Amino acid sequence: MIQDNVSGDDLEKGEEMRVNDFCMTVCTVNGSGSATANNTLLRAMFHMGIPVSGKNIFPSNIKGLPTWFSIRASKDGYIGRVAHDDIIVQMNPGTFKTDMDYNVAGGVVFYGDHIQIPIEREDVVVYPMPVKDIIKQAGVPRNLHDYMENMVYVGVVAEILGIGLDYIHNALLFQFRRKPSVAESNFEIVKMSADWAHENLEKRDNYRVEAMEPLKDYIMTDGNTAGALGAIYGGFQFCAWYPITPASSMVESLITFAPRLRKNPETKKNNFAIIQAEDELAAIGMVVGAGWAGLRALSSTSGPGISLMAEYMSMAYYAEVPLVLWDVQRVGPSTGLPTRTAQGDLNLNYFLGHGDTQHIVLIPSSVNECFEFGWKAFDIAEQYQTPVILLSDLDLGMNLWMTKRFDYPNQPINRGKVLWEEDLEKITQEWGRYLDIDGDNIPYRTLMGNTHEKAPYFTRGTGHDEFGNYSENPEVWQKMLDRIKEKIESARDTLPQPVIREFEGAKVGLIAMGSTEPAVIEAQDKLQHLGIQTDFMRVRALPFSEKVRDFINAHERNYVLELNRDGQLHQLLVLEHCDMTDRLTSLSYIDGLPMTAEWIIKSVSEKEHNYHA
Amino acid sequence: MPDKKDATNAIGLTRADYRGKRSTLCPGCGHNTISAQIIMALFELSIPPEKVAKFSGIGCSSKSPTYFLGQSFGYNGLHGRMPSLALGAAFADTTMKIIGVSGDGDTASIGLGQFKHLIRRNLPMVYIIENNGVYGLTKGQFSATAERGLELKHQGVNPFLPIDIAKEALIGNASFVARSFAGDSKQVRELLKAAFSHRGTAVLDIISPCVSFNNREDTLHSYQWGRQHQAPLHDISYVPRRKAIMLDEFKEGEMKEVIMHDGSMVILKKLEQDYDPTDKWQALEILEDAEKNNWLVTGLIYVNPEQPSLYDYLDLVDEPMNRIKAEDLRPSPATLEKINQDMY
Repeated sequence: MIQDNVSGDDLEKGEEMRVNDFCMTVCTVNGSGSATANNTLLRAMFHMGIPVSGKNIFPSNIKGLPTWFSIRASKDGYIGRVAHDDIIVQMNPGTFKTDMDYNVAGGVVFYGDHIQIPIEREDVVVYPMPVKDIIKQAGVPRNLHDYMENMVYVGVVAEILGIGLDYIHNALLFQFRRKPSVAESNFEIVKMSADWAHENLEKRDNYRVEAMEPLKDYIMTDGNTAGALGAIYGGFQFCAWYPITPASSMVESLITFAPRLRKNPETKKNNFAIIQAEDELAAIGMVVGAGWAGLRALSSTSGPGISLMAEYMSMAYYAEVPLVLWDVQRVGPSTGLPTRTAQGDLNLNYFLGHGDTQHIVLIPSSVNECFEFGWKAFDIAEQYQTPVILLSDLDLGMNLWMTKRFDYPNQPINRGKVLWEEDLEKITQEWGRYLDIDGDNIPYRTLMGNTHEKAPYFTRGTGHDEFGNYSENPEVWQKMLDRIKEKIESARDTLPQPVIREFEGAKVGLIAMGSTEPAVIEAQDKLQHLGIQTDFMRVRALPFSEKVRDFINAHERNYVLELNRDGQLHQLLVLEHCDMTDRLTSLSYIDGLPMTAEWIIKSVSEKEHNYHA
Repeated sequence: MPDKKDATNAIGLTRADYRGKRSTLCPGCGHNTISAQIIMALFELSIPPEKVAKFSGIGCSSKSPTYFLGQSFGYNGLHGRMPSLALGAAFADTTMKIIGVSGDGDTASIGLGQFKHLIRRNLPMVYIIENNGVYGLTKGQFSATAERGLELKHQGVNPFLPIDIAKEALIGNASFVARSFAGDSKQVRELLKAAFSHRGTAVLDIISPCVSFNNREDTLHSYQWGRQHQAPLHDISYVPRRKAIMLDEFKEGEMKEVIMHDGSMVILKKLEQDYDPTDKWQALEILEDAEKNNWLVTGLIYVNPEQPSLYDYLDLVDEPMNRIKAEDLRPSPATLEKINQDMY
């Protein structure tokens, strides 16, 4: 509902029914409890087998400001954002007029009939809903009015679009798993409202849902929950954090799930600890301490927190301390837009710290991948003895997505090179904390508590030799820093490799990362219909794999698509592939909203048109 | 108590086993005498060096952990952020004795937040502030504990009132607050031993003169001022648990005993006035009086041996967490199947 930087290409509307193919936006006021109603509609359609996505566009506010929830249904499986609305459910008089601008010709408006604002558009179908009357008639207690009013639109919309009430009932039971009686009282209102619509409204619009094959391999959840579960199945033992939107819900999920899943089976005691720190400076300090001492440690934050963590992160890089850090990106710079999404922290994270730093960065694009990278990150961090940063964003982290079921980790936990007492007893060579015994630039580490006489060493951010001793010797410094670079370099081809989606004969490459994937896939398909064949490479890790170079090289023109002002992924690609800069073109923008396929189609077609002209 | 150089303690170690590398601090630096007392205290307590982990921030003080306990793990962290580093590490093995060394720059300026939050959580550790009122490693700037009116060569006169670290600790609900003077080795040592027996954060604010930048005889952090103005609250002796039951050398009415969490005992022999270190109000009062009267009040200012520690809230497994087998860290496939079902 926010002005997109490009207007939606109002699709041609014929008279035929649009089945399982529309975007519906529910316009409410923050704090009115509409999330339950919206998630009920979303999950009901999901249970009908219809590919769906839900996006909450919300202000940095607890109560009173406008908020929007868009549900996209797509029989073709496209779950990216669209800039226009086919259907509007209007409960907020404050945005009644402006929201209407996003409605397509032939679209639909459901609205609470207490909103006494004349509707000027004649090209939309209008359904008033007697929200207050139904609530009154049902005898809902006054303190529950606000919440229950939302169930009225659930019932009316379900009736008009053809969402079976049994699906709504199941979705309500899902929402109120621990309070089934509340589910029933909500369902009463839904039923009354659907009955009212059946008797009083005549269907005049062209939108409809129909059940499809059940989406049995899919689940519906958000990226922050998935990341937390990934950490749990990755054996996390320590988490320190500080609340920040949009990252808080990750640790809150950890707090929910860890006590159920991570107790010692015999003693029932916790084999993990979660500490809410006083700020991000302390959160990362705790995580570095824990990682150093041998715990699988993580933190989760957003851009402002990352800024505060820079110094300890550069120390962890240089002192070779494994840890996992999630950046659920929001819009910066500065406080920016805390409740809006972006991909603007890529460069910050890759080079986080002073001096020469270069971190391993993993970039999941789906909820499923948040889980997968969530556990893998610990193995990578401990294998390479270095921080691993996971780059998510608000759209991926906080919105509900349908996603492939989580797969159980397909490899055992890898704790990397750690020597305990019995290992030191067996070792015949000389051991030093920073001594590269194996010739792979990765030394062995010992952990606090190891009582072997060879084990202890002193860790510092200042110059240190291979045995951890303080040193200002130029050769020692240079050698140490070069080895660390080589170590990170060696990860290039073991990190998650790019995912490539090819169309035969394509000469144009699309390059993107993270949560824009659904929009790029949709655009790729639709560009093909417009005669523009493309291959799509989704970058999943930094430093780049060799396959990234191969892809750029295989395409005459590569468009790098991203949600930030300066084209940061493009900058990094140019930096590392300076011999192929003429093949790389940046297409980036930032407006706080998830990327749309329409924008990609428009931008790429323009560029291609200009090229051929 | 063994007093010869080659004497061994109860676990068969000599003092040399507790030493570290040679100090690179200035000769005469108060910090070196504190390092020496850390060595003595741990030697006398017979704590194995491998069961101690050392942490520090940035500054002269924070360099000192290399100068004691060469056989202990250690981590020299970031400025003002030793508390967080130590806290995270402590969870890996809660049987370790944790010692943090900080300075007045490290604790009373950038680190004030972490200091107070560490205290609030009451992580079991010994937190030493080597307090000299001046930044040494950057060559002589005022620290936040410098007294008003202090004159330094390049800085002129300090116009601000100082931060009193012991008072900050008390107000922050610290469970153990002591102040001492590097010139009083015996008191430093006895307080250290009591601190290592405390289950909680033990704060030791030790006036430790900087011989290079702030040791003029009329200034609050100098050796001479300290010797002239030290006002000990009591004569403190630490009695280990195994000896605590055999006490008979003190006369009733002249001493106060504090029984520590581990069963050891701190004996406080009365000096000029009665002082009860378990009375927080009296502790605050004595610090106020000291400020008004220019006394360097030293001794055990406040202690509550039974205040719950951070570990008491978390119901952790008994074994060191960094020794848990990898396979015990991952829940079963059945649990993930259940989660998948619940999310459909």
